[in-house]
Amino acid sequence: MSHPALDHHHSPGTPSDPPVSTGAAPAPGFLPSADPLTIGDREFASRLIMGTGGAPSLEILERALIASGTQLTTVAMRRLNPRVQGSVLSVLDRLGIQVLPNTAGCFTAGEAVLTARLAREALGTAWVKLEVVADERTLLPDPIELLDAAETLVDDGFTVLPYTNDDPVLAQKLEDVGCAAIMPLGSPIGSGLGIRNPHNFQLIAERARVPVILDAGAGTASDVALAMELGCAAVMLASAVTRAQEPELMAEAMRYAVSAGRLASRAGRIPRRHFALASSPDEGRAHLDPERPAFE
Amino acid sequence: MTVSPPVTLTVSVNGEPRQVPDGTTLDQLVATLTTAPGGVAAAVNEAVVPRGQWPATALSAEDRVEVLTAVQGG
Repeated sequence: MSHPALDHHHSPGTPSDPPVSTGAAPAPGFLPSADPLTIGDREFASRLIMGTGGAPSLEILERALIASGTQLTTVAMRRLNPRVQGSVLSVLDRLGIQVLPNTAGCFTAGEAVLTARLAREALGTAWVKLEVVADERTLLPDPIELLDAAETLVDDGFTVLPYTNDDPVLAQKLEDVGCAAIMPLGSPIGSGLGIRNPHNFQLIAERARVPVILDAGAGTASDVALAMELGCAAVMLASAVTRAQEPELMAEAMRYAVSAGRLASRAGRIPRRHFALASSPDEGRAHLDPERPAFE
Repeated sequence: MTVSPPVTLTVSVNGEPRQVPDGTTLDQLVATLTTAPGGVAAAVNEAVVPRGQWPATALSAEDRVEVLTAVQGG
């Protein structure tokens, strides 16, 4: 049986729509189609998922989204306010960016499931960035409620992208119940503290068979490059761009950082060494008298 | 003498008490909040009501109606 909202809405969230280009030029040296990100049944040339929260205005947000090259961007579901002018949805629609509703602000599985179902009805997409947090101070995920909600929503046909702790065990359980990606936090939302436990990210990324996406904590471009080097398939961020002094500039930086980190990850870095290893050959050196420097 | 039915009901709309005429349907209520219901979803008493069912959903006294839309976030 078809879902009423899916029939009349032209949101890019429906599976039949091809990935949409934002029209911005690809980063130099990065061939978009050569290395697509696959989540669920969709492919994305961009590996940067953006949030829309924290931007000073819709105009600044739009410029930052274009500069980021993102093709998938989150929104929150809130009570309709008749006095609010302008809609983030019209910006995403204009840019051809797939909307990814989140369940931010939910503290229980029940709240999150209802919010996801309302988002599906409102936006015509069965994709959801699942957030179930434990408290306002840390905004850390509640793992019990999260897993419960994830299982319910997967069974209900949702493509579930859960915001989770950087816990390899929980990541595995979320994958086992059918989540389409795993989104561990580098550090608390909005903190800009980067990836506090890189080893856990490596452990999660090594084992996962679905994309692992850094979610929360990125402060600047190096955090993003590190995430990709650790094996993340993509990065999700909002505050690092929207609350930067120059959001558009930081968005461009993040776009390059994702590409640079991804390329470095695929290239295979050199092993770390304790001592130096000369890069110029030893063979063929001139035999000079070290006691008689020429410059005396 | 029969008691005439009340002409208004009190429902909760996005957390605020609201008087509506008896027989008001969900689509009529949403229309008082926005003229462009695209991107909007509604739940009555914690159950999603698909848009196609709004005209057939008459509100009852004490109903809790939530009308949500997408905003900047995440």
